[in-house]
Amino acid sequence: MLALSDTPRGALLTLWVEANWVQRIAALLALALLLAAILAPLVAPFDPLKQSLISRLRPPLGFERYKDGFLLGTDALGRDVLSRTLFGLQLTLGLALLGALIGLMIGGTLGLLAGLRRGWAEDTIMGAVDIQIAVPFTLIALLILSIFGSSLPIMICVLGIAGWEQYARIVRGEVRKITEMPYIEAARASGGGPRYIALRHVLPNIVSPLVVQFTLSVSNIVILESTLSFLGLGVQPPTATLGSMVGYGRDYMPTAPWIVIAPAVAIILLTFSVQILGDWLRDRADVRLRSR
Amino acid sequence: MTLYVLRTLLKMTVTLFVIITLVFFATRLSGSPLETFLGDGLTAEDRELMIAYFGLDGSIWQQYLAYLRGVLEGNFGLSFLERRPVAEIVAERIWPSLQLLLAALAVTLCVALPLGILAALYRTSWIGSAIMALAFVGYAVPNFVIATFMVLVFAFVLNWLPVVGNGTWAHFIMPTIAMSGVLIAALTRFTRNAMLDVLGQDFMRTARAKGLPETVVILKHGLRNAGVTVLSVLGLQIAGLAAAGNVVVEAIFSWPGIGELLVNSAITRDYPVLQFGVITVAAAVIVINALTDIAYAFADPRIRLGTG
Repeated sequence: MLALSDTPRGALLTLWVEANWVQRIAALLALALLLAAILAPLVAPFDPLKQSLISRLRPPLGFERYKDGFLLGTDALGRDVLSRTLFGLQLTLGLALLGALIGLMIGGTLGLLAGLRRGWAEDTIMGAVDIQIAVPFTLIALLILSIFGSSLPIMICVLGIAGWEQYARIVRGEVRKITEMPYIEAARASGGGPRYIALRHVLPNIVSPLVVQFTLSVSNIVILESTLSFLGLGVQPPTATLGSMVGYGRDYMPTAPWIVIAPAVAIILLTFSVQILGDWLRDRADVRLRSR
Repeated sequence: MTLYVLRTLLKMTVTLFVIITLVFFATRLSGSPLETFLGDGLTAEDRELMIAYFGLDGSIWQQYLAYLRGVLEGNFGLSFLERRPVAEIVAERIWPSLQLLLAALAVTLCVALPLGILAALYRTSWIGSAIMALAFVGYAVPNFVIATFMVLVFAFVLNWLPVVGNGTWAHFIMPTIAMSGVLIAALTRFTRNAMLDVLGQDFMRTARAKGLPETVVILKHGLRNAGVTVLSVLGLQIAGLAAAGNVVVEAIFSWPGIGELLVNSAITRDYPVLQFGVITVAAAVIVINALTDIAYAFADPRIRLGTG
Protein backbone atom coordinates (compact mmCIF):
# COMPACT_ATOMS: atom_id res chain seq x y z
CA MET A 1 0.00 0.00 0.00
CA LEU A 2 2.63 2.46 1.02
CA ALA A 3 4.70 1.86 -2.08
CA LEU A 4 1.66 2.57 -4.23
CA SER A 5 1.05 5.94 -2.61
CA ASP A 6 4.42 7.34 -3.62
CA THR A 7 3.12 8.85 -6.85
CA PRO A 8 -0.13 10.82 -7.33
CA ARG A 9 -1.37 8.10 -9.66
CA GLY A 10 -0.50 5.46 -7.11
CA ALA A 11 -2.32 7.43 -4.40
CA LEU A 12 -5.48 7.57 -6.52
CA LEU A 13 -5.19 3.87 -7.20
CA THR A 14 -4.87 3.13 -3.48
CA LEU A 15 -7.95 5.25 -2.81
CA TRP A 16 -9.90 3.32 -5.43
CA VAL A 17 -8.85 -0.09 -4.13
CA GLU A 18 -9.77 0.78 -0.54
CA ALA A 19 -13.13 2.33 -1.43
CA ASN A 20 -16.46 0.57 -1.00
CA TRP A 21 -19.02 0.41 -3.78
CA VAL A 22 -20.99 3.49 -2.64
CA GLN A 23 -17.83 5.54 -2.70
CA ARG A 24 -16.86 4.20 -6.11
CA ILE A 25 -20.27 5.05 -7.56
CA ALA A 26 -20.05 8.52 -5.99
CA ALA A 27 -16.61 9.05 -7.49
CA LEU A 28 -17.77 7.98 -10.96
CA LEU A 29 -20.90 10.09 -10.65
CA ALA A 30 -18.93 13.16 -9.61
CA LEU A 31 -16.59 12.61 -12.55
CA ALA A 32 -19.54 12.23 -14.94
CA LEU A 33 -21.18 15.40 -13.64
CA LEU A 34 -17.89 17.29 -13.93
CA LEU A 35 -17.49 16.11 -17.52
CA ALA A 36 -21.10 16.94 -18.34
CA ALA A 37 -20.57 20.44 -16.94
CA ILE A 38 -17.34 21.03 -18.84
CA LEU A 39 -18.65 19.55 -22.08
CA ALA A 40 -22.11 21.14 -21.84
CA PRO A 41 -21.64 23.25 -25.00
CA LEU A 42 -20.69 20.11 -26.93
CA VAL A 43 -23.19 17.58 -25.59
CA ALA A 44 -26.24 19.81 -25.13
CA PRO A 45 -28.64 19.05 -28.00
CA PHE A 46 -29.99 22.62 -28.23
CA ASP A 47 -29.13 26.22 -27.41
CA PRO A 48 -30.36 26.59 -23.79
CA LEU A 49 -31.68 30.09 -24.47
CA LYS A 50 -33.43 29.41 -27.75
CA GLN A 51 -37.18 29.88 -27.34
CA SER A 52 -39.83 28.28 -29.46
CA LEU A 53 -43.43 29.28 -28.85
CA ILE A 54 -44.91 26.41 -30.84
CA SER A 55 -43.20 23.76 -28.69
CA ARG A 56 -43.97 25.11 -25.22
CA LEU A 57 -44.37 22.80 -22.18
CA ARG A 58 -43.72 19.58 -24.11
CA PRO A 59 -43.26 16.50 -21.86
CA PRO A 60 -40.17 14.24 -21.84
CA LEU A 61 -39.55 11.13 -23.94
CA GLY A 62 -42.19 8.43 -23.46
CA PHE A 63 -45.12 10.76 -22.77
CA GLU A 64 -47.89 11.95 -25.05
CA ARG A 65 -47.18 15.14 -27.05
CA TYR A 66 -43.41 14.42 -26.82
CA LYS A 67 -41.53 16.44 -29.40
CA ASP A 68 -38.63 14.78 -31.21
CA GLY A 69 -35.19 15.56 -29.83
CA PHE A 70 -36.33 17.29 -26.62
CA LEU A 71 -35.48 14.31 -24.41
CA LEU A 72 -36.46 15.88 -21.08
CA GLY A 73 -39.21 18.07 -22.50
CA THR A 74 -39.41 21.84 -22.87
CA ASP A 75 -40.21 24.69 -20.46
CA ALA A 76 -42.81 27.47 -20.62
CA LEU A 77 -40.84 29.33 -23.29
CA GLY A 78 -40.18 26.22 -25.36
CA ARG A 79 -36.56 25.90 -24.26
CA ASP A 80 -34.99 22.44 -24.06
CA VAL A 81 -34.94 21.31 -20.41
CA LEU A 82 -31.99 18.92 -20.88
CA SER A 83 -29.80 21.61 -22.44
CA ARG A 84 -30.78 24.11 -19.76
CA THR A 85 -30.02 21.58 -17.03
CA LEU A 86 -26.57 20.88 -18.52
CA PHE A 87 -25.72 24.59 -18.72
CA GLY A 88 -27.25 25.16 -15.29
CA LEU A 89 -25.03 22.40 -13.95
CA GLN A 90 -22.03 24.06 -15.56
CA LEU A 91 -22.78 27.39 -13.90
CA THR A 92 -23.69 25.88 -10.52
CA LEU A 93 -20.59 23.70 -10.37
CA GLY A 94 -18.36 26.47 -11.70
CA LEU A 95 -19.68 28.93 -9.12
CA ALA A 96 -19.26 26.37 -6.34
CA LEU A 97 -15.67 25.54 -7.28
CA LEU A 98 -14.79 29.21 -7.64
CA GLY A 99 -16.49 30.08 -4.34
CA ALA A 100 -14.73 27.26 -2.50
CA LEU A 101 -11.39 28.35 -4.02
CA ILE A 102 -11.87 31.98 -2.95
CA GLY A 103 -12.88 30.81 0.52
CA LEU A 104 -9.77 28.62 0.65
CA MET A 105 -7.52 31.52 -0.29
CA ILE A 106 -9.07 34.01 2.14
CA GLY A 107 -9.44 31.54 4.99
CA GLY A 108 -6.10 29.87 4.37
CA THR A 109 -4.19 33.15 4.36
CA LEU A 110 -5.94 34.48 7.45
CA GLY A 111 -5.60 31.16 9.26
CA LEU A 112 -1.89 31.00 8.45
CA LEU A 113 -1.50 34.56 9.70
CA ALA A 114 -3.42 33.80 12.90
CA GLY A 115 -1.41 30.67 13.51
CA LEU A 116 2.03 32.14 12.90
CA ARG A 117 1.54 35.61 14.35
CA ARG A 118 0.07 35.56 17.81
CA GLY A 119 -1.31 38.69 19.46
CA TRP A 120 -3.79 41.20 18.05
CA ALA A 121 -3.71 39.79 14.51
CA GLU A 122 -4.81 36.41 15.81
CA ASP A 123 -7.43 37.94 18.13
CA THR A 124 -8.96 40.01 15.33
CA ILE A 125 -9.05 37.13 12.86
CA MET A 126 -10.47 34.63 15.32
CA GLY A 127 -13.01 37.23 16.48
CA ALA A 128 -14.19 37.57 12.88
CA VAL A 129 -14.36 33.78 12.62
CA ASP A 130 -16.53 33.65 15.76
CA ILE A 131 -18.91 36.26 14.38
CA GLN A 132 -19.27 34.49 11.05
CA ILE A 133 -20.01 31.23 12.86
CA ALA A 134 -22.58 32.92 15.10
CA VAL A 135 -24.64 34.47 12.30
CA PRO A 136 -26.43 32.11 9.89
CA PHE A 137 -24.80 32.82 6.54
CA THR A 138 -28.10 32.83 4.66
CA LEU A 139 -28.92 36.11 6.44
CA ILE A 140 -25.61 37.70 5.42
CA ALA A 141 -26.16 36.52 1.84
CA LEU A 142 -29.70 37.98 1.76
CA LEU A 143 -28.35 41.31 2.97
CA ILE A 144 -25.46 41.47 0.49
CA LEU A 145 -27.54 40.38 -2.52
CA SER A 146 -30.29 42.84 -1.65
CA ILE A 147 -27.85 45.75 -1.32
CA PHE A 148 -25.61 45.12 -4.32
CA GLY A 149 -28.16 43.46 -6.57
CA SER A 150 -27.70 39.94 -7.84
CA SER A 151 -25.13 39.80 -10.60
CA LEU A 152 -22.59 37.08 -11.31
CA PRO A 153 -19.61 38.92 -9.69
CA ILE A 154 -21.61 39.65 -6.53
CA MET A 155 -22.76 36.04 -6.35
CA ILE A 156 -19.14 34.87 -6.62
CA CYS A 157 -18.16 37.22 -3.76
CA VAL A 158 -21.02 35.94 -1.59
CA LEU A 159 -20.09 32.30 -2.23
CA GLY A 160 -16.41 33.13 -1.67
CA ILE A 161 -16.96 34.46 1.83
CA ALA A 162 -19.48 31.74 2.68
CA GLY A 163 -17.00 29.23 4.06
CA TRP A 164 -13.71 31.03 4.73
CA GLU A 165 -14.02 30.69 8.49
CA GLN A 166 -13.82 26.89 8.33
CA TYR A 167 -10.52 27.03 6.44
CA ALA A 168 -9.20 29.69 8.82
CA ARG A 169 -9.98 27.52 11.86
CA ILE A 170 -8.44 24.40 10.36
CA VAL A 171 -5.29 26.13 9.13
CA ARG A 172 -4.76 28.00 12.40
CA GLY A 173 -5.20 24.82 14.44
CA GLU A 174 -2.87 22.78 12.26
CA VAL A 175 -0.28 25.54 12.09
CA ARG A 176 -0.18 25.85 15.88
CA LYS A 177 0.22 22.09 16.16
CA ILE A 178 2.92 21.92 13.51
CA THR A 179 4.97 24.87 14.77
CA GLU A 180 5.49 22.96 18.02
CA MET A 181 7.15 20.13 16.10
CA PRO A 182 10.93 19.60 16.36
CA TYR A 183 11.52 19.86 12.62
CA ILE A 184 10.24 23.41 12.58
CA GLU A 185 12.63 24.18 15.40
CA ALA A 186 15.38 22.64 13.27
CA ALA A 187 14.39 24.67 10.21
CA ARG A 188 14.39 27.83 12.29
CA ALA A 189 17.74 26.95 13.83
CA SER A 190 19.26 26.47 10.39
CA GLY A 191 18.28 30.01 9.48
CA GLY A 192 14.90 29.65 7.75
CA GLY A 193 12.80 32.82 7.77
CA PRO A 194 9.07 32.79 8.66
CA ARG A 195 8.08 32.97 4.97
CA TYR A 196 10.31 30.03 4.10
CA ILE A 197 8.99 27.98 7.04
CA ALA A 198 5.37 28.79 6.22
CA LEU A 199 5.63 27.82 2.56
CA ARG A 200 8.16 25.01 2.74
CA HIS A 201 7.34 23.25 5.99
CA VAL A 202 3.88 24.22 7.22
CA LEU A 203 1.91 24.36 3.97
CA PRO A 204 2.70 20.82 2.73
CA ASN A 205 1.51 19.42 6.05
CA ILE A 206 -1.91 21.03 6.01
CA VAL A 207 -2.78 20.09 2.45
CA SER A 208 -4.75 16.99 3.39
CA PRO A 209 -7.26 18.60 5.83
CA LEU A 210 -7.66 21.43 3.34
CA VAL A 211 -8.53 19.05 0.51
CA VAL A 212 -11.19 17.48 2.73
CA GLN A 213 -12.64 20.84 3.72
CA PHE A 214 -12.58 22.03 0.10
CA THR A 215 -14.61 19.03 -1.05
CA LEU A 216 -17.17 19.41 1.73
CA SER A 217 -17.48 23.13 1.14
CA VAL A 218 -18.12 22.62 -2.60
CA SER A 219 -21.22 20.65 -1.63
CA ASN A 220 -22.26 23.27 0.94
CA ILE A 221 -21.83 26.07 -1.59
CA VAL A 222 -23.88 24.19 -4.18
CA ILE A 223 -26.67 24.06 -1.60
CA LEU A 224 -26.27 27.74 -0.67
CA GLU A 225 -26.15 28.95 -4.28
CA SER A 226 -29.14 26.82 -5.33
CA THR A 227 -31.12 28.05 -2.35
CA LEU A 228 -30.41 31.72 -3.07
CA SER A 229 -31.13 31.28 -6.79
CA PHE A 230 -34.28 29.35 -5.94
CA LEU A 231 -35.49 32.30 -3.86
CA GLY A 232 -34.93 34.60 -6.85
CA LEU A 233 -31.89 36.30 -5.34
CA GLY A 234 -29.26 34.60 -7.48
CA VAL A 235 -28.08 35.09 -11.02
CA GLN A 236 -30.87 36.73 -13.01
CA PRO A 237 -32.63 35.23 -16.06
CA PRO A 238 -32.22 34.24 -18.84
CA THR A 239 -29.00 32.81 -17.36
CA ALA A 240 -29.99 29.87 -15.19
CA THR A 241 -28.39 27.83 -12.44
CA LEU A 242 -29.96 24.62 -11.23
CA GLY A 243 -31.53 26.41 -8.25
CA SER A 244 -33.18 29.16 -10.29
CA MET A 245 -34.54 26.56 -12.73
CA VAL A 246 -36.32 24.88 -9.83
CA GLY A 247 -37.48 28.27 -8.57
CA TYR A 248 -38.98 29.46 -11.85
CA GLY A 249 -40.28 26.02 -12.79
CA ARG A 250 -42.32 25.89 -9.61
CA ASP A 251 -45.07 27.99 -11.19
CA TYR A 252 -45.66 25.26 -13.77
CA MET A 253 -45.44 22.32 -11.40
CA PRO A 254 -49.08 21.17 -11.61
CA THR A 255 -48.99 20.89 -15.42
CA ALA A 256 -45.30 20.49 -16.30
CA PRO A 257 -43.43 18.94 -13.37
CA TRP A 258 -40.49 17.87 -15.58
CA ILE A 259 -39.23 21.47 -15.66
CA VAL A 260 -38.55 21.20 -11.92
CA ILE A 261 -37.64 17.53 -11.66
CA ALA A 262 -34.64 17.57 -14.03
CA PRO A 263 -32.66 20.34 -12.26
CA ALA A 264 -33.76 19.14 -8.79
CA VAL A 265 -32.42 15.66 -9.49
CA ALA A 266 -29.20 17.19 -10.84
CA ILE A 267 -28.77 19.12 -7.58
CA ILE A 268 -29.33 15.97 -5.51
CA LEU A 269 -26.84 13.94 -7.59
CA LEU A 270 -24.28 16.72 -7.32
CA THR A 271 -24.52 17.28 -3.56
CA PHE A 272 -24.71 13.54 -2.90
CA SER A 273 -21.65 12.55 -4.87
CA VAL A 274 -19.51 15.45 -3.67
CA GLN A 275 -20.54 14.97 -0.04
CA ILE A 276 -19.80 11.24 -0.15
CA LEU A 277 -16.39 12.04 -1.64
CA GLY A 278 -15.77 14.57 1.12
CA ASP A 279 -16.78 12.18 3.92
CA TRP A 280 -14.64 9.47 2.38
CA LEU A 281 -11.57 11.71 2.18
CA ARG A 282 -12.18 12.90 5.74
CA ASP A 283 -12.41 9.37 7.12
CA ARG A 284 -9.17 8.51 5.38
CA ALA A 285 -7.39 11.64 6.56
CA ASP A 286 -8.57 11.20 10.15
CA VAL A 287 -6.64 8.30 11.60
CA ARG A 288 -8.74 8.22 14.75
CA LEU A 289 -11.89 7.55 12.76
CA ARG A 290 -10.39 4.77 10.68
CA SER A 291 -10.44 2.31 13.55
CA ARG A 292 -14.15 2.91 14.19
CA MET B 1 -18.01 30.49 37.48
CA THR B 2 -19.38 34.03 37.85
CA LEU B 3 -16.39 35.15 35.84
CA TYR B 4 -17.20 32.61 33.13
CA VAL B 5 -20.81 33.76 32.91
CA LEU B 6 -19.78 37.40 32.79
CA ARG B 7 -17.23 36.71 30.10
CA THR B 8 -19.77 34.82 27.98
CA LEU B 9 -22.30 37.62 28.35
CA LEU B 10 -19.66 40.23 27.50
CA LYS B 11 -18.64 38.32 24.39
CA MET B 12 -22.31 38.05 23.41
CA THR B 13 -22.79 41.82 23.78
CA VAL B 14 -19.67 42.60 21.76
CA THR B 15 -20.76 40.23 18.98
CA LEU B 16 -24.21 41.81 18.89
CA PHE B 17 -22.71 45.30 18.75
CA VAL B 18 -20.37 44.32 15.90
CA ILE B 19 -23.26 42.78 13.97
CA ILE B 20 -25.51 45.83 14.40
CA THR B 21 -22.64 48.03 13.23
CA LEU B 22 -21.82 45.83 10.21
CA VAL B 23 -25.47 45.58 9.19
CA PHE B 24 -25.92 49.33 9.50
CA PHE B 25 -22.92 50.21 7.35
CA ALA B 26 -23.66 47.45 4.86
CA THR B 27 -27.07 48.92 4.06
CA ARG B 28 -25.47 52.36 3.61
CA LEU B 29 -22.85 51.07 1.15
CA SER B 30 -25.31 51.25 -1.73
CA GLY B 31 -25.51 55.03 -1.40
CA SER B 32 -28.90 56.26 -0.30
CA PRO B 33 -30.94 53.17 0.57
CA LEU B 34 -34.14 55.10 -0.05
CA GLU B 35 -33.34 55.83 -3.73
CA THR B 36 -35.35 52.93 -5.25
CA PHE B 37 -38.45 54.02 -3.34
CA LEU B 38 -38.36 57.73 -4.14
CA GLY B 39 -38.41 57.50 -7.91
CA ASP B 40 -38.04 60.54 -10.15
CA GLY B 41 -41.43 62.14 -9.78
CA LEU B 42 -40.63 64.04 -6.58
CA THR B 43 -39.66 67.69 -6.23
CA ALA B 44 -36.40 68.48 -4.47
CA GLU B 45 -38.23 69.65 -1.35
CA ASP B 46 -40.39 66.53 -1.11
CA ARG B 47 -37.28 64.46 -1.54
CA GLU B 48 -35.59 66.30 1.36
CA LEU B 49 -38.71 65.80 3.42
CA MET B 50 -38.82 62.05 2.78
CA ILE B 51 -35.12 61.66 3.55
CA ALA B 52 -35.59 63.47 6.85
CA TYR B 53 -38.76 61.47 7.57
CA PHE B 54 -36.85 58.19 7.45
CA GLY B 55 -33.94 59.62 9.44
CA LEU B 56 -31.53 59.47 6.53
CA ASP B 57 -30.33 63.08 6.70
CA GLY B 58 -27.04 64.14 8.27
CA SER B 59 -23.63 62.51 7.89
CA ILE B 60 -23.30 58.75 8.06
CA TRP B 61 -21.77 59.00 11.54
CA GLN B 62 -24.69 61.07 12.81
CA GLN B 63 -27.05 58.48 11.34
CA TYR B 64 -25.07 55.69 12.95
CA LEU B 65 -25.17 57.32 16.39
CA ALA B 66 -28.88 57.99 15.95
CA TYR B 67 -29.41 54.36 14.99
CA LEU B 68 -27.49 53.13 18.05
CA ARG B 69 -29.54 55.42 20.27
CA GLY B 70 -32.68 54.07 18.63
CA VAL B 71 -31.56 50.50 19.28
CA LEU B 72 -31.15 51.27 23.00
CA GLU B 73 -34.58 52.90 23.10
CA GLY B 74 -36.23 50.11 21.11
CA ASN B 75 -36.79 52.30 18.06
CA PHE B 76 -35.47 50.68 14.90
CA GLY B 77 -36.86 52.96 12.23
CA LEU B 78 -39.77 52.87 9.80
CA SER B 79 -40.45 50.51 6.93
CA PHE B 80 -40.08 52.18 3.50
CA LEU B 81 -43.04 50.23 2.18
CA GLU B 82 -45.48 50.24 5.06
CA ARG B 83 -44.40 53.43 6.90
CA ARG B 84 -44.81 51.57 10.19
CA PRO B 85 -42.17 50.91 12.87
CA VAL B 86 -40.16 47.86 11.77
CA ALA B 87 -40.21 46.50 15.31
CA GLU B 88 -44.00 46.26 15.02
CA ILE B 89 -43.79 44.49 11.64
CA VAL B 90 -41.22 41.98 12.86
CA ALA B 91 -43.08 41.41 16.14
CA GLU B 92 -46.19 40.27 14.24
CA ARG B 93 -44.09 37.65 12.51
CA ILE B 94 -42.48 36.11 15.58
CA TRP B 95 -45.36 33.89 16.72
CA PRO B 96 -45.94 32.06 13.39
CA SER B 97 -42.18 31.49 13.06
CA LEU B 98 -41.99 30.24 16.62
CA GLN B 99 -44.90 27.83 16.05
CA LEU B 100 -43.18 26.32 13.02
CA LEU B 101 -39.86 26.21 14.84
CA LEU B 102 -41.32 24.43 17.86
CA ALA B 103 -43.11 21.92 15.65
CA ALA B 104 -39.90 21.20 13.74
CA LEU B 105 -37.94 20.95 16.99
CA ALA B 106 -40.43 18.51 18.52
CA VAL B 107 -40.33 16.29 15.42
CA THR B 108 -36.53 16.50 15.35
CA LEU B 109 -36.18 15.41 18.98
CA CYS B 110 -38.72 12.59 18.66
CA VAL B 111 -37.01 11.20 15.56
CA ALA B 112 -33.33 12.03 15.98
CA LEU B 113 -32.78 10.90 19.58
CA PRO B 114 -34.08 7.33 19.12
CA LEU B 115 -32.35 7.06 15.73
CA GLY B 116 -29.06 8.31 17.15
CA ILE B 117 -29.19 5.88 20.07
CA LEU B 118 -30.06 2.96 17.78
CA ALA B 119 -27.29 3.90 15.38
CA ALA B 120 -24.81 3.84 18.26
CA LEU B 121 -26.06 0.53 19.70
CA TYR B 122 -26.17 -1.23 16.32
CA ARG B 123 -23.26 0.55 14.72
CA THR B 124 -21.78 -2.62 13.25
CA SER B 125 -25.03 -4.02 11.86
CA TRP B 126 -27.11 -2.92 8.88
CA ILE B 127 -29.45 -0.95 11.19
CA GLY B 128 -26.67 1.46 12.10
CA SER B 129 -25.58 1.82 8.49
CA ALA B 130 -29.15 2.39 7.32
CA ILE B 131 -29.73 5.13 9.90
CA MET B 132 -26.48 6.87 9.05
CA ALA B 133 -27.32 6.65 5.35
CA LEU B 134 -30.67 8.28 6.11
CA ALA B 135 -28.94 11.02 8.11
CA PHE B 136 -26.64 11.53 5.15
CA VAL B 137 -29.59 12.01 2.82
CA GLY B 138 -31.05 14.63 5.15
CA TYR B 139 -27.75 16.44 5.13
CA ALA B 140 -27.04 16.37 1.42
CA VAL B 141 -30.46 17.27 0.01
CA PRO B 142 -31.23 21.00 0.25
CA ASN B 143 -34.50 21.68 2.06
CA PHE B 144 -36.01 23.55 -0.88
CA VAL B 145 -35.60 20.40 -3.00
CA ILE B 146 -37.32 18.28 -0.32
CA ALA B 147 -40.07 20.90 -0.11
CA THR B 148 -40.50 21.06 -3.88
CA PHE B 149 -40.85 17.30 -4.24
CA MET B 150 -43.28 17.16 -1.32
CA VAL B 151 -45.41 19.88 -2.86
CA LEU B 152 -45.36 18.05 -6.17
CA VAL B 153 -46.45 14.73 -4.67
CA PHE B 154 -48.73 15.63 -1.75
CA ALA B 155 -50.29 18.84 -3.05
CA PHE B 156 -50.47 18.46 -6.82
CA VAL B 157 -50.53 14.72 -7.53
CA LEU B 158 -52.35 13.38 -4.47
CA ASN B 159 -54.09 16.62 -3.54
CA TRP B 160 -53.83 15.87 0.18
CA LEU B 161 -52.15 18.90 1.67
CA PRO B 162 -52.43 22.68 1.26
CA VAL B 163 -49.36 24.58 0.04
CA VAL B 164 -49.79 28.19 1.08
CA GLY B 165 -50.40 29.74 4.50
CA ASN B 166 -50.69 28.55 8.07
CA GLY B 167 -54.44 28.23 8.70
CA THR B 168 -54.92 24.64 9.87
CA TRP B 169 -52.82 21.82 11.30
CA ALA B 170 -52.58 20.34 7.78
CA HIS B 171 -50.65 23.46 6.78
CA PHE B 172 -47.97 22.52 9.30
CA ILE B 173 -47.09 19.11 7.87
CA MET B 174 -44.96 19.96 4.84
CA PRO B 175 -43.14 23.00 6.26
CA THR B 176 -42.36 21.07 9.44
CA ILE B 177 -40.91 18.12 7.53
CA ALA B 178 -38.97 20.37 5.15
CA MET B 179 -37.49 22.22 8.09
CA SER B 180 -36.68 19.26 10.28
CA GLY B 181 -34.88 17.24 7.57
CA VAL B 182 -31.47 18.78 8.05
CA LEU B 183 -32.02 19.19 11.82
CA ILE B 184 -32.79 15.48 12.19
CA ALA B 185 -29.71 14.60 10.14
CA ALA B 186 -27.46 16.79 12.28
CA LEU B 187 -28.89 15.72 15.63
CA THR B 188 -28.86 12.01 14.74
CA ARG B 189 -25.16 12.22 13.93
CA PHE B 190 -24.35 14.07 17.14
CA THR B 191 -26.49 11.78 19.30
CA ARG B 192 -24.81 8.71 17.80
CA ASN B 193 -21.32 10.07 18.41
CA ALA B 194 -22.14 11.21 21.94
CA MET B 195 -23.64 7.78 22.74
CA LEU B 196 -20.62 6.01 21.25
CA ASP B 197 -18.36 8.02 23.55
CA VAL B 198 -20.50 7.18 26.56
CA LEU B 199 -20.96 3.48 25.75
CA GLY B 200 -17.26 2.83 26.15
CA GLN B 201 -17.09 4.42 29.62
CA ASP B 202 -16.38 2.48 32.81
CA PHE B 203 -19.61 3.45 34.56
CA MET B 204 -21.58 1.70 31.83
CA ARG B 205 -19.74 -1.53 32.55
CA THR B 206 -20.37 -1.01 36.26
CA ALA B 207 -24.08 -0.47 35.65
CA ARG B 208 -24.26 -3.70 33.66
CA ALA B 209 -22.21 -5.55 36.25
CA LYS B 210 -24.73 -4.51 38.91
CA GLY B 211 -27.26 -6.53 36.91
CA LEU B 212 -29.38 -3.61 35.70
CA PRO B 213 -31.56 -4.35 32.69
CA GLU B 214 -30.06 -3.16 29.41
CA THR B 215 -32.80 -0.54 28.79
CA VAL B 216 -32.09 1.08 32.16
CA VAL B 217 -28.36 1.05 31.46
CA ILE B 218 -28.83 2.70 28.07
CA LEU B 219 -31.54 5.20 28.95
CA LYS B 220 -30.59 6.15 32.49
CA HIS B 221 -26.83 5.91 32.49
CA GLY B 222 -26.11 6.28 28.80
CA LEU B 223 -28.57 8.89 27.59
CA ARG B 224 -28.29 11.03 30.68
CA ASN B 225 -24.58 11.41 30.17
CA ALA B 226 -24.75 11.77 26.42
CA GLY B 227 -27.66 14.18 26.90
CA VAL B 228 -25.48 17.03 28.08
CA THR B 229 -23.45 16.91 24.88
CA VAL B 230 -26.57 16.51 22.77
CA LEU B 231 -28.28 19.48 24.40
CA SER B 232 -25.27 21.69 23.89
CA VAL B 233 -25.19 20.73 20.22
CA LEU B 234 -28.89 21.48 20.05
CA GLY B 235 -28.24 25.01 21.26
CA LEU B 236 -25.07 25.68 19.31
CA GLN B 237 -25.62 24.05 15.93
CA ILE B 238 -29.35 23.59 15.60
CA ALA B 239 -30.13 27.24 16.31
CA GLY B 240 -28.11 28.37 13.32
CA LEU B 241 -29.42 25.63 11.03
CA ALA B 242 -33.00 26.35 12.07
CA ALA B 243 -32.61 30.06 11.38
CA ALA B 244 -31.27 29.37 7.89
CA GLY B 245 -33.91 26.73 7.16
CA ASN B 246 -36.64 29.02 8.43
CA VAL B 247 -35.89 31.58 5.71
CA VAL B 248 -36.18 29.08 2.86
CA VAL B 249 -39.10 27.03 4.12
CA GLU B 250 -41.25 30.03 5.04
CA ALA B 251 -40.60 31.60 1.64
CA ILE B 252 -41.68 28.40 -0.15
CA PHE B 253 -44.89 27.90 1.80
CA SER B 254 -45.72 31.62 2.16
CA TRP B 255 -45.63 31.13 5.91
CA PRO B 256 -46.25 34.55 7.52
CA GLY B 257 -43.12 34.43 9.67
CA ILE B 258 -39.81 36.24 9.94
CA GLY B 259 -38.08 34.18 7.25
CA GLU B 260 -40.64 35.08 4.63
CA LEU B 261 -40.46 38.71 5.74
CA LEU B 262 -36.68 38.66 5.30
CA VAL B 263 -36.83 37.28 1.77
CA ASN B 264 -39.56 39.71 0.75
CA SER B 265 -37.81 42.74 2.19
CA ALA B 266 -34.57 41.61 0.50
CA ILE B 267 -36.35 41.44 -2.86
CA THR B 268 -38.26 44.72 -2.43
CA ARG B 269 -35.19 46.39 -0.86
CA ASP B 270 -37.07 47.52 2.21
CA TYR B 271 -33.80 48.00 4.10
CA PRO B 272 -35.10 49.06 7.53
CA VAL B 273 -37.14 45.84 7.72
CA LEU B 274 -34.34 43.67 6.33
CA GLN B 275 -31.85 45.33 8.68
CA PHE B 276 -33.95 44.76 11.77
CA GLY B 277 -35.01 41.26 10.70
CA VAL B 278 -31.39 40.17 10.24
CA ILE B 279 -30.43 41.70 13.58
CA THR B 280 -33.37 40.01 15.34
CA VAL B 281 -32.62 36.52 14.00
CA ALA B 282 -28.87 36.90 14.51
CA ALA B 283 -29.50 38.14 18.06
CA ALA B 284 -31.76 35.17 18.77
CA VAL B 285 -29.10 32.73 17.59
CA ILE B 286 -26.34 34.48 19.52
CA VAL B 287 -28.36 34.67 22.74
CA ILE B 288 -29.29 30.97 22.46
CA ASN B 289 -25.61 30.13 21.87
CA ALA B 290 -24.53 32.12 24.92
CA LEU B 291 -27.23 30.60 27.15
CA THR B 292 -26.22 27.13 25.95
CA ASP B 293 -22.61 27.87 26.81
CA ILE B 294 -23.61 28.95 30.29
CA ALA B 295 -25.98 26.01 30.81
CA TYR B 296 -23.26 23.65 29.63
CA ALA B 297 -20.85 25.20 32.11
CA PHE B 298 -23.36 24.66 34.91
CA ALA B 299 -23.80 21.02 33.90
CA ASP B 300 -20.07 20.38 33.64
CA PRO B 301 -18.38 20.33 37.07
CA ARG B 302 -14.97 20.84 35.47
CA ILE B 303 -16.03 24.32 34.41
CA ARG B 304 -18.42 24.97 37.32
CA LEU B 305 -15.84 24.28 39.99
CA GLY B 306 -12.76 25.27 38.03
CA THR B 307 -11.03 28.60 38.07
CA GLY B 308 -12.49 29.55 34.64
